[in-house]
Amino acid sequence: MTESTVKADRRAFVSKLLGLVPDALVVTGLGSASYDVFAAGDRDKNYYLWGAMGGAAPLALGLALAQPDRPVVCITGDGEQLMGVGSLGSIAARQPRNLTIVVLDNGHFGETGMQRSHTSLGTDLVAVAKGFGIADAFGVDSIARVGEIAERVNARLGPTFVRVAIEADEPPRALPPRDGTYIKNRFRAALGLAPF
Amino acid sequence: MTQTAPAPAWQQDIFRILKSGGVRQIAYVPDAGHSHVIRGAIADPDIQDVVLTTEEEGVAVVSGAWLGGQRAALLMQSSGVGNCVNMFSLLQAAQFPFFTLVTMRGEYADFNPWQGPMGRATQDALELMGITVLRASEPEEVGEIVQAGFDAAFEAGERVAVLLGQNLIGRKKWERK
Repeated sequence: MTESTVKADRRAFVSKLLGLVPDALVVTGLGSASYDVFAAGDRDKNYYLWGAMGGAAPLALGLALAQPDRPVVCITGDGEQLMGVGSLGSIAARQPRNLTIVVLDNGHFGETGMQRSHTSLGTDLVAVAKGFGIADAFGVDSIARVGEIAERVNARLGPTFVRVAIEADEPPRALPPRDGTYIKNRFRAALGLAPF
Repeated sequence: MTQTAPAPAWQQDIFRILKSGGVRQIAYVPDAGHSHVIRGAIADPDIQDVVLTTEEEGVAVVSGAWLGGQRAALLMQSSGVGNCVNMFSLLQAAQFPFFTLVTMRGEYADFNPWQGPMGRATQDALELMGITVLRASEPEEVGEIVQAGFDAAFEAGERVAVLLGQNLIGRKKWERK
């Protein structure tokens, strides 16, 4: 795998992307990706995971199928996506038009001390996503291409997978709410849904 | 594929309960005992079938469905319960309503000893993770028990698994003819 020396700043990238997709329902994988999304501004239509590693993409799939008229964006990290990698196949099998998976790939398990992940050791997540059947899969390494991703999110023309090469740095922690029941009910209320 | 005989009545009961209960997504790793419900989901324009590579994805899928305002059910074999254990944290951490149907293996005339360990641990594994377990062993009781579990999940917001005893499905035929 060719290692680009230019990489995106994760916070700036996520903040700009979310600014361009104001209607999107956002699901985050645990750890740094959730901090990035929260740091961009808390929204009722964000669902932050604090555990359930590997669950972000399949949770976003169920959400996208339930809300086909709204764009759904899953923002997660390479380690979280790798743990739930089969879900890319399940997404491909359904081809939800309104689902975009954005993997912030720093090649490391950031939350546990920056051990190298598989994407530093030969795994190409774009090839993996394409292999599973997500045809619109591509990589970016610059904030200059955020607009392309946002256009796809808003257009809802088919599932998209984006691998964003980011710096392996650790921006200040910005911790979203940890009360899963609260964010669940807040999210549903934002969609006009009552608690059970 | 050859035309199969009509599905057993208990399997028809299950699909009827899910359908009349407004289930809009059925996520599954397949099993013979779920085959009628899976076929029904695929054929029904109001239900989206979601085939999974591993059962834990399904825990997240049905939670995402609930976030988006839809009822969903997860179908798996007893072996799949073991694959789900950490993902069950999601259900407790956020108090998601949850309904799963689990066909049992390794408990009744099973030819395959590899099914035994997880089959024997299935109920305990679910209960350890805070999921209420019901069980249907006789064809006539399947409808009533599945309905009870379904209502507990979606009317009371509980996390419920209904185990479907292996004797419902009968002995697996190992010889291909």
